Amino acid sequence: MSERHIILDGAIVADEWTLLAADHQGALPAGKLIVPLAQWLARRDEFIERAALHDLPWGVWLEGDEDPAQLTGDLARLALIAIHFPKFADGRGYSTAYLLRSRHGFKGELRAIGDVLRDQVFYLKRAGFNSFAIRADKPVKDALNALKDFSEPYQGSVDEARPLFRRARRGEVVA
Amino acid sequence: MYKYDIYDQRIVDERVAQFRDQTRRFLAGELSEEEFRPLRLQNGLYIQKHAPMLRVAIPYGLLSTRQLRKLAGIARDYDHGYGHFTTRQNIQFNWPALERVPDILAELATVEMHAIQTSGNCIRNVTSDQFAGVAHDELVDPRPYAEIIRQWSTFHPEFAYLPRKFKIAVSGSVEDRAGTLFHDIGVQVARNDSGEVGFKVLVGGGLGRTPILGHVIREWLPREHVLTYFDAILRVYNRHGRRDNMYKARIKILVKERGLDAFKREVDAEWAFLKDGPGTLTQAEIDRVAAHFVDPDYADLPDVEVDFERARRDNKAFARWVSRNVFGHKRAGYAAVTLSLKKTGVPPGDATTGQLEAVADLADRYSFGEVRVSHEQNLILADVRQSDLFAVWEAAKAIGFATPNIGLLTDIIACPGGDFCSLANAKSIPIANAIQARVREKLGDLDYLFDIGDIELNISGCMNACGHHHVGHIGILGVDKHGSEFYQVSIGGSQGEAASLGKVIGPSFAQDDMADVIEKLIGTYVDLRHEDERFIDTVRRTGIEPFKARVYTGLTRETADV
Ligand code: SF4
Repeated sequence: MSERHIILDGAIVADEWTLLAADHQGALPAGKLIVPLAQWLARRDEFIERAALHDLPWGVWLEGDEDPAQLTGDLARLALIAIHFPKFADGRGYSTAYLLRSRHGFKGELRAIGDVLRDQVFYLKRAGFNSFAIRADKPVKDALNALKDFSEPYQGSVDEARPLFRRARRGEVVA
Repeated sequence: MYKYDIYDQRIVDERVAQFRDQTRRFLAGELSEEEFRPLRLQNGLYIQKHAPMLRVAIPYGLLSTRQLRKLAGIARDYDHGYGHFTTRQNIQFNWPALERVPDILAELATVEMHAIQTSGNCIRNVTSDQFAGVAHDELVDPRPYAEIIRQWSTFHPEFAYLPRKFKIAVSGSVEDRAGTLFHDIGVQVARNDSGEVGFKVLVGGGLGRTPILGHVIREWLPREHVLTYFDAILRVYNRHGRRDNMYKARIKILVKERGLDAFKREVDAEWAFLKDGPGTLTQAEIDRVAAHFVDPDYADLPDVEVDFERARRDNKAFARWVSRNVFGHKRAGYAAVTLSLKKTGVPPGDATTGQLEAVADLADRYSFGEVRVSHEQNLILADVRQSDLFAVWEAAKAIGFATPNIGLLTDIIACPGGDFCSLANAKSIPIANAIQARVREKLGDLDYLFDIGDIELNISGCMNACGHHHVGHIGILGVDKHGSEFYQVSIGGSQGEAASLGKVIGPSFAQDDMADVIEKLIGTYVDLRHEDERFIDTVRRTGIEPFKARVYTGLTRETADV
C-alpha cells in the first residue's frame, strides 16, 4: 500500500485501493483492487468468489472509450468504478461518468484516474466523479480548492440535475 | 439586449479569478505549456506570430455602446490602438501581453463581456443574424434562443474537452444570414401552423479542410426541447467523435462515417432519456430571456420620409450608399445601416480606438445605443430613422466607414492570414488590398463596381477556412508550395438558403498575379452575363470552364499544383 492520497467526497484521504495495470499478469496483490474492465469481464466469477472469501469490495476501471453499459449487471456489486483519462484533454470520460451515474444509477465511488489535474476537477465533479486521484507530481491540496471554482453553474448535470433557471429566481441585478 | 443578473455576473467574475490564478501558475512554472494551452484557449488566448492574440466574444453580434467603448479602451490601453472583427462575431486584439490578459478579462467583466470558449475544443461563441429583431423578413426573433444556448453552453461540464471545436448558429428569418448550413449545429427558428415556435435542426455542416453542408436531423423541434436535444447530440459526438486524427475530429466526419440515419438513431436513443427531463426549457425562462429583446422605443413614422427621399434624389453619392449600405427595417420610417469596414487599403474588419468610439457616439445619438457585428466583418446600426440617414452617412464618411460597397467586390471577407496567424500558409490582407487597389486604379470610378453588382469574395490564409473561402462567389485560399505562398481560386460558392461550395478552377497563382486573376474573372462575367444576372448566377449557368479558359491565358508567372 502506498502513501498516496486522493480526494474523496471533498476531503483528502489515504488511498486504500490498488490499481491493477491493464497488462497485469499472474497472482493478484492483496487488499482492495481496481481491475481493468477486460479482466473483470474475463475473470468475473473468480473475482466475485475471492471478494466473498476475504470480505473485500471490488473496483473496476474503464478507458474513456469503453462502454459503461457493459457493467450494468454488476453495478450493485461494485464499490468503486474508476475512469481513466489518458490525457486530461480527452473528454470522453465525462460522458462515461454521466452515463454511469444518471443512466445506470451507479451509487458507489466514481474515481477519475490518469492525467487528472486541478483545472479540470470542477467539471469532473459536476459530471459525477466524487473521487480524484490527482496526477502524482501535482499537489492534491490545490485541487481541493478548485472544486469550488464556480458557485452556481448554468446547466444541469449529475451533481445538480436542475439547470439554474429551475433552481434560482433569475433576473435580480446588482444594485 | 440581454442584461446580466447576479448569476451571470458572478459566473464571469469567477472566471476572471480562475484565469488569473491559472496565468499566475503558468508564469510561475507550475503549469506546463501543454497544461495551460487548453485553459488559455478556452479564454480566447492564442500564442500568435508576434504576440498573444485575445479573441473576445460578442455573443450573437450584439453590443451596447458601453461595451463598444470598453473594447475601444482595451484596444488603446492594452493593444496597438485597434481591433479586428472576425467572421464569427468576435473581436480580436493582436498585441496584448500575456500577463495583462487577466486584467483585460476583468475589464470586460465590468461591462458583461468575456472571452469564454472563443477558442479550444469546446462549444464556441454562438452566432446569429446581424439583423435579428429588426429584419423585414424575420419569422421569429432568434436572439432569446441564442442567449439561452449561450448560457447552456457556458462551462458545460461534460462538453469542455470535445474531440474538436463546436460551432452553433441560430437564424430566424427567411434569408439565412447566419450560415446555419455551415455549422456543427445550425438551427432555424420558425413558427408552425398553430403558431408554436420551434426549430429546424441541421447538423454536421462546416468549412475547413472537408467542407460539407449541414444535414437536417430534425425538421421540427418544439422550442422547449432544444437544450436536451443538444445534450443528446453533443453526448453522441463527445463519446464517438474521432480523437485519433484532428482533421477527422469534427462532428461532420462522425455524421458522414456513421451515415445520417444511423447518427440520428443514436441521438434519438440518447434523447429518449433526456426529453421532458429537467433540462427542458420552462415558459418562465423563455419569457424572462425574451423580455430583454423587446423593441426599443420606436416613434410612429410615415413609411416615406420626404427629406430623405429628396436627399437621395439630389445627391448621387448618398443614393449610392443607401442602395448598398441600408437594409430594410420591419418598422416604418426606420432602416438598418451597415458601416463598411472594407475601405481600400485597410485590412478588412479592422477598426481603431477612435473609430470604435465614434461608432459608439453615432449609435447613442441615432440607434438606441446599440451596435451589431456581422460575420462579414462590418458594423451595423440597426435602428436608424430614415430622416437621420444623411447625418449618419456624413458622420460615417468622416471616420472612413461609409464606403458604399456592402455586398460588392471590395466588401471582402478576409481572415488575418500570414501577417498575424501562425497557422497560415499565406497572407490574406495584402491580397484583399491588392484587389481593392486594382478596382480603384483600373476600374476607376464606382460605376464599375456597381455595375459588377452583388458578389462575395472571401479569402482564407489556410485550410482552416476562417475567411469562409468555400462559400465565396469567388474564394481564395492561401496554399504553400515548397515554402512559397500561392493562392488557389474557386468560384461558385455561396452562403444562405441556396448554399453551395465553390469549385477550384485549377492550379494556384502567385501573389502578384492575384489582382489580374480577379480582373479576368470579372471580365469573363461581364462578357457572358445575361441582363440582371449576378456573378454567381452566371457561374451556375455556364460552369467554370469559360472563366478558367480566360484566367490561365497570358499568365507570366508560374502557377503551382497543390
Ligand atoms: S484561415 Fe488559417 S490563416 Fe486564416 S486565420 Fe484561420 S487559421 Fe489563420
